[in-house]
Amino acid sequence: MLLREVSYARPGTVDEAIELLAGNDGARALAGGQTLLNVMKQRAASPDVLVDLGRLDELRTISVSGTSLEIGAMTTLTSLIRSSEVEVTRPILAEVAATVADVQVQNRGTLGGNICVNDPTNHFPPLLVALDASMTVASVDGERTVPAEEFFVGVFETTVKEGELLTKITVPAAGKGTGDGMSGVTLGTHGTYIANAAASVADGTWRIALGCVGAVPHRAKAVEGKLSGTDVDDASARGAVEGLGATLDPPSDVHASADYRRSLAETSTVRAVLQAAEKARG
Amino acid sequence: MSTTPVSEQVVRVSVNGTTYERDVPARRLLVHFLRDDLALTGTHIGCDTGSCGACTVHLNGVPVKSCAVLAVQADGAAVTTIEGISEDDALTPLQQSFSDHHALQCGFCTPGMLMSASALLEQNPSPTEDEVKVALQGNICRCTGYWNIVEAVVAAGKGAA
Repeated sequence: MLLREVSYARPGTVDEAIELLAGNDGARALAGGQTLLNVMKQRAASPDVLVDLGRLDELRTISVSGTSLEIGAMTTLTSLIRSSEVEVTRPILAEVAATVADVQVQNRGTLGGNICVNDPTNHFPPLLVALDASMTVASVDGERTVPAEEFFVGVFETTVKEGELLTKITVPAAGKGTGDGMSGVTLGTHGTYIANAAASVADGTWRIALGCVGAVPHRAKAVEGKLSGTDVDDASARGAVEGLGATLDPPSDVHASADYRRSLAETSTVRAVLQAAEKARG
Repeated sequence: MSTTPVSEQVVRVSVNGTTYERDVPARRLLVHFLRDDLALTGTHIGCDTGSCGACTVHLNGVPVKSCAVLAVQADGAAVTTIEGISEDDALTPLQQSFSDHHALQCGFCTPGMLMSASALLEQNPSPTEDEVKVALQGNICRCTGYWNIVEAVVAAGKGAA
């Protein structure tokens, strides 16, 4: 399909990329392009300038620093799946990456792109909120660090403003007593989520975030509180999650009514919690 | 490296071992560059939305959907298309296996299926049925002839082409 005419620049450094993003009206960062190029076909996005991050190898690194896993924003999902650092420190990231779309998309699609798009059905926004990740956003004025929970601000919107660039995602390394889970219902295996939930427990303290039920990942704080410090089993997980659906205001669409989505959100949460609890037991 | 935005730029890309240098508009998709500029029409356009996988090619050795890549992004890269998977005119063992197992009906998805399957076999020479299914998840066969396709790839992996 013919895209609308667009200009293109390929910076060699992050500083050049930031200058290009700040200095050109209608400039947008092009990461893996697996969402952006397709929405450009639909004219749902019409950037005037694409700033291709493809050659910024400094954004493709995965490293462990102290008790944190630091992932460059241009890390592909395939790199996450194959990373020994991820496998050792936070394997859920690789497990979830392997359920995004298909091999071809995983080869091009990036972690930074997945979260900057902030499609409410995307995998990583709720997961990174549950994992208490933080994002490093760079601009000509320097860097700022944003907790995942404040990073997502609306449908297709994040706190990354014009002229800024997400450079790094920092995830706490899982210690002993930590367990993560993610579950949901998709359109076909590895398809788009209709509802999902990510759960993480560290020493009895829970973080749970739901996708597909609002513009941004939804923290299920009441459920977290009920689970806190308890020995979680099937019955107690169901008990803690009961009533969660009634607190949600999810959208209705062709795939699920709001009511059905409330029910799926509860079921997904129970499953994610049980996965996390089992992993935390080791 | 272009650090001033341009609407057209020279792209130098190796396709099936031949290096091409062309002026390419920034908005041109890799699949159009291959089909229209280089006349390599074996790479098909199915959905043009990144879903069906008919346009799958290898970009620096890994399968990608060429309708979701700009030609300018492939500057400096090596691309392999269906026209380049056999070094001579003979069928590869995988292609022969597709023929032996009747792994196609209309044939439209076949180039993409072969590119995904050949990438799998390079990494994993003897894949299981489940591994083949995962590797081909991004390739849709609208004739729904998946069973024979999976059989053909598994058989090729066992050297039973």
